[in-house]
Amino acid sequence: MDQSKWLGLAVSTGAVVVALILGGVILFLVGGNPVRTYIFMAKASFGSLGVLSDTLTKATPLILTGLACAIAFRMRLWNIGAEGQFFLGAFGASAVVLTPLLGADTSPWIMLPAMMLAGALAGALWGFIPGYLKARFDVNEIISSLMMNYIAIAWNNFFIFAVWSEGGFQMSPQFPRSAWLPRLTNYSQSAPILQGLTTHMGLIIGLVAAVIIWWIVFRSRWGYEIRLIGDNPRAARYAGINIARNTILVMMLSGALAGLAGMSEISGVVHRLQGSISPGYGFTGIIIAWLAKLNPLIIIPVSILFGALILAGREIQPSGIPTLLQGIILVSLIASDFLLRYKIRFTKRTQEA
Amino acid sequence: MDPIIILQAGVASGTVLLFATIGELFAERSGVMNLGVEGMMLIGAMSAFSVAIATSNPWLGVLVAMLVAGLLSQVHAVITIQFQADQVVSGLALTFLGTGLSLVFGEGLSAAGAVSLLPSYTIPGLSVLPILGPILFTNQNILVYLGFLTIPLTWYYINRTRQGMHLRAVGEFPAAADALGINVARLRYIYVFVGGLFAGLSGAAISLAISPGWFSQLTTSGQGWIAIGLVIFAQWNPIRAAVGSYAFGALRRLIFDIQGPTKILGLRNPFFYNSYLGFFLQMLPFAFTIIVLVIGSREAMRKRIGAPAALGLPYIRGERGL
Repeated sequence: MDQSKWLGLAVSTGAVVVALILGGVILFLVGGNPVRTYIFMAKASFGSLGVLSDTLTKATPLILTGLACAIAFRMRLWNIGAEGQFFLGAFGASAVVLTPLLGADTSPWIMLPAMMLAGALAGALWGFIPGYLKARFDVNEIISSLMMNYIAIAWNNFFIFAVWSEGGFQMSPQFPRSAWLPRLTNYSQSAPILQGLTTHMGLIIGLVAAVIIWWIVFRSRWGYEIRLIGDNPRAARYAGINIARNTILVMMLSGALAGLAGMSEISGVVHRLQGSISPGYGFTGIIIAWLAKLNPLIIIPVSILFGALILAGREIQPSGIPTLLQGIILVSLIASDFLLRYKIRFTKRTQEA
Repeated sequence: MDPIIILQAGVASGTVLLFATIGELFAERSGVMNLGVEGMMLIGAMSAFSVAIATSNPWLGVLVAMLVAGLLSQVHAVITIQFQADQVVSGLALTFLGTGLSLVFGEGLSAAGAVSLLPSYTIPGLSVLPILGPILFTNQNILVYLGFLTIPLTWYYINRTRQGMHLRAVGEFPAAADALGINVARLRYIYVFVGGLFAGLSGAAISLAISPGWFSQLTTSGQGWIAIGLVIFAQWNPIRAAVGSYAFGALRRLIFDIQGPTKILGLRNPFFYNSYLGFFLQMLPFAFTIIVLVIGSREAMRKRIGAPAALGLPYIRGERGL
């Protein structure tokens, strides 16, 4: 690791620390005790094996939505629609179980891959729409992908309320066991320490996806094209790279990753389709991608940090604190990039002198 | 389902979008895209409502809402103008920040009781006009009338005044503006602030006039984003922005009202008999925003008109380019 990378890491860490201090000031202003709150949050997310496992469970969808945002942002495609793609992924995976395309007695070895495929495809479709509109009509993808979020939520609600409602409740019936991603607690018979641990197979999916995306971005020809378009679209065009096709493909890959996050969340945690399956995983993915400097492997530890924030945030008042902290972290992060750039300029100038 | 009532309520509902759209139009005309409109509207709606509760003075609420949202907009201004950071990411950050602040400081506000709202008036003389009278000038909130005034004033300011010319110059060709002695950075700060003021006004229009109350994120429910889409559709023209805002306001209202009657045009109303179809109605404003963007983008391609040339780019003195 060269010096500038270390500096970047230090500045990112500094930005998080500054954000926590600012968040503490606001907590104090609204009558809370910042120190006690932060200690509570740390204990509630890392204090025991049980909560650590819950933190990893929360980090799982974040790794996937973070990757979804990172791959699109690499090409300077602003996919703000990971939230909607997450919901569509959850819908696609549910459709396999609830339509039902596959019966409850299907082997998990067939059921789970089918759900993953359906979730990824549904997410990819949701990413395809803004991607195609961008490539074909130059429609601003920020707005279109964001609008698709609201459409996705209404679409899911229709199915939750009208089609798959269980006895008039706003949720589908519970999935059969064959549609559950295995959790650590399933293996507590042979290893008692795993008793009650919620971490599920989705984490493996996320980790594998991170490695694959890292390989695509930094080691494949396609990744080189994506990076070149992002850094210098004009040079990319002169080099004969098909920007329109890459726009559509990257939006679909991004959507597929967010869709996988939705599949993993309902198959690994919720076990049914309902309205409240996401505390904004798709939006948090944006911040995670940025904090990780769009590096797929760094997204993993950053997601664990944000998983902890979301997990502990559920229990603290006022309830807006996690959202606020995410906002402050992102603001101080962008502001701190300036410090890095200023430093580089400064050295350059002294060399000239 | 009286069309006059739908249009009347649509104009009121469109006023919220109008203010937000006009505000974003000012910022973008100066070359700064601010995607934080939703966050600024939310913090405006929250501050307006809480000040109105605390002081029983809705006008003070409007004023504070505008100032708070204007102040928030300056975070974006510093990051994008001073630090020259990416405007997209900074705008998104502003939405997170505004939403978070609104949720934290608005905790418990939704349970608040009665609050004094902004008054509504019927304009004597104008209200007896056929069709237009009942739609535009009967029992409308004072902010709706303020909206009517804003449209021609904005157009005149941007296209016919010296300051407006400076504004356009800074957004189209900042290097030339700089050479003429116009302070590019200062003007951009000012118009990002103006955008914040309007977004705050828009938020206050929701919580103290058009659909009073504080319902956390549902208070704005994506209207800030629709406003950004409308600026693109409007091709940065305030008159078109107004048409788009009122049309979307009427659409929002129609979606609400269409589920009421048992029959529409003599036919059985499916939305009355199957309330679940309402979820598809809810999609319409967002689907229409996308459609409107497609239309706007195609038109812009054909006529070769488009965004302010320097939109989204930081101005660095002495560097090549715009």
